[in-house]
Amino acid sequence: MIIGARLGLPVGKATRNAFGEALRDLGRSHPEIVVVDGDVHNSTRTGYFAKEFPDRFFNVGIAESNMVGVAAGLAANGKTAVVSSFACFIMCNGFDQLRMSVAFPQQNVKVVGSHAGISIGEDGPSQMGIEDVALALALPGFTVLCPADEHAARALTRLMIETSGPAYMRTGRLDVPIIYNEESEFTLGRANRLRDGNDLTIIASGLMVAAALEAAHLLAEEGIEARVLDMHTIRPLDAEAIEAAARETGCIVTAEEHLLAGGLGQQVAAVVADTWPVPMGFVGLDNQFATSGAPDALLVRYGLTADDIVRVAKRAFGRR
Amino acid sequence: MEEGTRDLGKLSQLAGHMRRTIVEITTKAGSGHPSTSLSMVELLLPLYFGGVLRHDPLNPRWPDRDRFILSKGHGAPALYTVLAMRGYFPEADLSTLRVIGSALEGHPNMLRVPGVEASTGSLGQGLSLGVGHALAGRLDGRDYRTYVTVGDGESQEGQVWEAAMAASKFGLGNLVCILDHNEYQQTGAVRGVMPIEPVNDRWSAFGWHVIEIDGHDLGAVFAAYDEARTIKGQPTLIHAHTVKGKGVRAIEQDEKQSHYHGVPLSPDEARVALEELA
Ligand SMILES: Cc1ncc(C[n+]2csc(CCOP(=O)(O)OP(=O)(O)O)c2C)c(N)n1
Ligand SMILES: [Mg+2]
Repeated sequence: MIIGARLGLPVGKATRNAFGEALRDLGRSHPEIVVVDGDVHNSTRTGYFAKEFPDRFFNVGIAESNMVGVAAGLAANGKTAVVSSFACFIMCNGFDQLRMSVAFPQQNVKVVGSHAGISIGEDGPSQMGIEDVALALALPGFTVLCPADEHAARALTRLMIETSGPAYMRTGRLDVPIIYNEESEFTLGRANRLRDGNDLTIIASGLMVAAALEAAHLLAEEGIEARVLDMHTIRPLDAEAIEAAARETGCIVTAEEHLLAGGLGQQVAAVVADTWPVPMGFVGLDNQFATSGAPDALLVRYGLTADDIVRVAKRAFGRR
Repeated sequence: MEEGTRDLGKLSQLAGHMRRTIVEITTKAGSGHPSTSLSMVELLLPLYFGGVLRHDPLNPRWPDRDRFILSKGHGAPALYTVLAMRGYFPEADLSTLRVIGSALEGHPNMLRVPGVEASTGSLGQGLSLGVGHALAGRLDGRDYRTYVTVGDGESQEGQVWEAAMAASKFGLGNLVCILDHNEYQQTGAVRGVMPIEPVNDRWSAFGWHVIEIDGHDLGAVFAAYDEARTIKGQPTLIHAHTVKGKGVRAIEQDEKQSHYHGVPLSPDEARVALEELA
């Protein structure tokens, strides 16, 4: 894994695995949890739950829009309905159902999209969730979550389940660097400050949080001290932390494994523009689909590494 | 454009070559869907080598070409292999499957690969595209035919049935759907995950002419394509019973086919498989 390598971060589990384990564990204390699948539980890892609670697990076949509707019906009867597929399939194929049957009536449906980002690698662009956050943000009332490592995935899964209302969480396919530990604390809507610095702030989500830490390390070697925020909750967004970053560090760079259109960066920019305008830079996938290839090679080709953050950060810093 | 052969011995040899190539390139890539690809070999060969498909590898966008759409896009290794064997691009390119920079992505990309009619990989969408192609052919007064391969698991998608309804309403005698009924999908047997039976009755009820065949019997496959050509004013479903992983004993005999769905053979398994297929 190219990301985090220069920091020597140990590589942990994929966030999809940690989500699957946490969901199964929560199933023991939460009999109201039910899970709906579309023939991909071995990919999304809801299979762990299915194995232990077969009666509360429903595989409806390859039928994402139906799957979302079924989950909404279960939720209407007091269930905490978790529905999961690849991020692109559930958000794109199930979108109208998410809008009309889940968001509009504010049903307690937890949508989990796996295989988010381009780091899924060889399966290629048709399987990559690169627009899922934008779509989730287009569903009024949805909480939107993006865990950076296995500890974050476990903690956010618990918070998502134990907080009523519709939510979307994206998970990744790859084993990723560990940033947190079991004691790390998470609050929905409150960014985690992972590094202090007063020259600029890097606000990142998911896999790019490790890249942000690595970039901060590289920037420090050049005398630029970067603050790093893990924006694990993209809605409700931590506007306070963003405004403070703008006031105190004078420039902000965002990094996400998602299309720039409608993603984290643009959400942050809206807050910055509204509160304390400062120069900004954006790292993400720019108006294109990726291709097939090894994950590391893709991250390099599409500009999603620590070096890319450093490059964009210096440009923003120069305009500070 | 050339006539193609109906010599079943010759085609069986080509089938062996296709299967070996599918195993080789997916094992080399280290990912991909060999079992998905192996079940459709005899469905593809009559199209591309038996003269069923009217096409020209040197002119892939020829307006009068027959269309072939691989709706089950994860069967890309089979499609790429037959296209390369037929001269759409060099066979040597096949070894770049899934490598960064290669046009041969994990799922078919029509912008990058000559002969690929549709970009697929999100299941359920190909038959609708086929309806569009067939309608365009009628509008433009062209007599090309459109073929779409759909997976049995894939046919659980509602869109497949929306397309089936439309094809029947519009009386698309120029449209053929090939159902690759290999009994398995990603997480298990189709019967267990979400039954699609009774297949023939369902498609008939949607207004389709149904032909049920053994999808590995080349003679039966030719006969089905020939019969479809005689059906006017109604789309045809070729209900092909197939074996997922056909030709590779390790996969065929695996009770939980899900072990092999989307998983290539290891180099050791591939060696054994290539001997079996020799
Ligand atoms: C819309 C959508 N949902 C889920 C998937 C993930 N997926 C890829 S292949 C597959 C199973 C396909 O089974 P089937 O259609 O029977 O094809 P086979 O491999 O057996 O030929 C699934 C669920 C997908 N590609 N697209
Ligand atoms: Mg199948």
